[in-house]
Amino acid sequence: MKKFQKLRTRGHRVVLNRSAGGDTGITIMLTILGLFMFVPMYYVVIQSLKPLDELFMFPPKFYVVKPTFDNFGDLFTLMSDSWVPFSRYIFNTVFITICGTLGNLIFASMAAYALAKLKFPGRNAIFQLIVTSLMFHSTVNTVTHFIILSSFGWIDTYLSVIVPSMATTMGLYLMKQFMESSVPDTVLESARLDGASEFRTYLTIAMPMVKPAWLTLMIECFKTLWNSGSSVYIHSEELKTFNYAIQQILSGGIARSGAGAASTVVMMAVPILVFVINQSKIIETMGSSGMKD
Amino acid sequence: MSENTTDAKRPVKRSEVSKLRWTWQEMKNNKTAYFMLAPFLLLFLIFTVLPVVLSVFLSFTDFNMLEMPNLKGIQNYLDLFLNDEIFILACQNTLIFACVTGPVSYILALLVAWFINELPPKIRAVVTLVFYAPSISGNAYLIWKTLFSSDSYGWANAVLMKYGFISSPILWFQDASYVMPLCIVVALWTSLGTAFLSFIAGLQTIDRSLYEAAAVDGIKNRWQELWYITLPTMRPQLMFGAVLAITNSFGFGAVVDALCGFPSVDYAAHTIMHHLSDYGGARYEIGYASAIAVLLFIVMISANFVVKKALSKVGE
Repeated sequence: MKKFQKLRTRGHRVVLNRSAGGDTGITIMLTILGLFMFVPMYYVVIQSLKPLDELFMFPPKFYVVKPTFDNFGDLFTLMSDSWVPFSRYIFNTVFITICGTLGNLIFASMAAYALAKLKFPGRNAIFQLIVTSLMFHSTVNTVTHFIILSSFGWIDTYLSVIVPSMATTMGLYLMKQFMESSVPDTVLESARLDGASEFRTYLTIAMPMVKPAWLTLMIECFKTLWNSGSSVYIHSEELKTFNYAIQQILSGGIARSGAGAASTVVMMAVPILVFVINQSKIIETMGSSGMKD
Repeated sequence: MSENTTDAKRPVKRSEVSKLRWTWQEMKNNKTAYFMLAPFLLLFLIFTVLPVVLSVFLSFTDFNMLEMPNLKGIQNYLDLFLNDEIFILACQNTLIFACVTGPVSYILALLVAWFINELPPKIRAVVTLVFYAPSISGNAYLIWKTLFSSDSYGWANAVLMKYGFISSPILWFQDASYVMPLCIVVALWTSLGTAFLSFIAGLQTIDRSLYEAAAVDGIKNRWQELWYITLPTMRPQLMFGAVLAITNSFGFGAVVDALCGFPSVDYAAHTIMHHLSDYGGARYEIGYASAIAVLLFIVMISANFVVKKALSKVGE
């Protein structure tokens, strides 16, 4: 029989099986890894705030003496001489992101409801197919994707980016797993007994119960679309995205490194903000993300 | 839609009819399910399943986008392995890349999630953000290009020069011996994504009483706890994370492109992905490119099955 010789506590809770040495080791490891992750992010922000003379200082400094927002203003002036206004790139990104994400939310949540809560022949086979699609990277399909899109005549249209993104399987997978674990069958059953159609049950009972999963699905889809750069399916300048415009700015070399950093900050601020606001909801959804073997 | 649902829900007894009739009946009773599934499934079939099937077919032909494809049998595959040195090089690079980034990113995600699990919620949320942010920040990894810039304005060169390790700047992304390690580091930096969140969530859902029971049963330290209680309990999350880690470890081509340009110097970071887009996108040898795609597809799927098999042994 094991004896508890000393019980370590954290706050009011007794903590078993924890040694001070282990705690220290873990804290050190975590700090090193944390710095590895954090320093580059911090460096972008610092670079974006540096005035021109500080950008060219040797050695480069990890802080900024006279912070300025000029680099952010430069974003608009730098792109103003290109024949597509800068705002158009931003519009494209926002438009593609909103349409694709909404479409994915509607289609994937309907499919997730059917797969999670309705029993019909072929259900397992379809779900297996979707799980398998998570196992390979979509770039494998680029070539044949192109052939299919061109046979639809969708090359060089918004459709080539928006429509395929509506069938992103990650969101469907997470939503289906979450519905299975957090929507009790009895609630659905009683709605059906009250005469609600299956579609109504989905819309008014199941969907409100899985709001955390909506957010997770949306952020999964959002981050891909928001970050989509120069697509091989789009070659008209006026249909290209913000991310593509950034790459053009960055290709201007060292003289534009301030503006480049500023655009990266703008680019990453949006997904990070979306995540910060929804973090607890997303983690809640991920609780049911596990895969049975 | 609403009138058929009340009696449509009445299950048909299996014994009353033959298997085929029963299935057909069940399908009719669940019309709504198919309607709800249809939009997604249609797009999924067109944009995910059909491309794979088409690739397999085209890989046996010499299709070039202009002429009708002619069947070539397995000639494309033979060419890949026997007459294409760069493909063999790409295979090596891909394997090195995947074998390092896959397991390391996976273990990193798991360890960090486990380390931060016992922090107070507020602090944990901040730390989670620090680790997760790079993976959702799009092309923020381009900052590594500034950090490892080839002139003395790059931070790495500046530090090395200041302390006298080197006298002239190193051309990080133009030197074949640095390209691969650097790309791996950057890939790892962006790799703590969805799987990482899944691990965090998985750890939080574990019932605390399991640990108390384990302590009574003689579990002595946190490592035993991890192996005997934590990991087996969160096995579903481990599976999910593994699938994502494998998929991503083969898909870092964009990172390499952005950092080293294409093609990378001496093909030092040339992966199968690059070979694929070279033949498919630049040379329009679709048949040949499809053969590459099919091989890559097979490698990814089999890697997944092997790893899933291995994971089912955790904690035994």
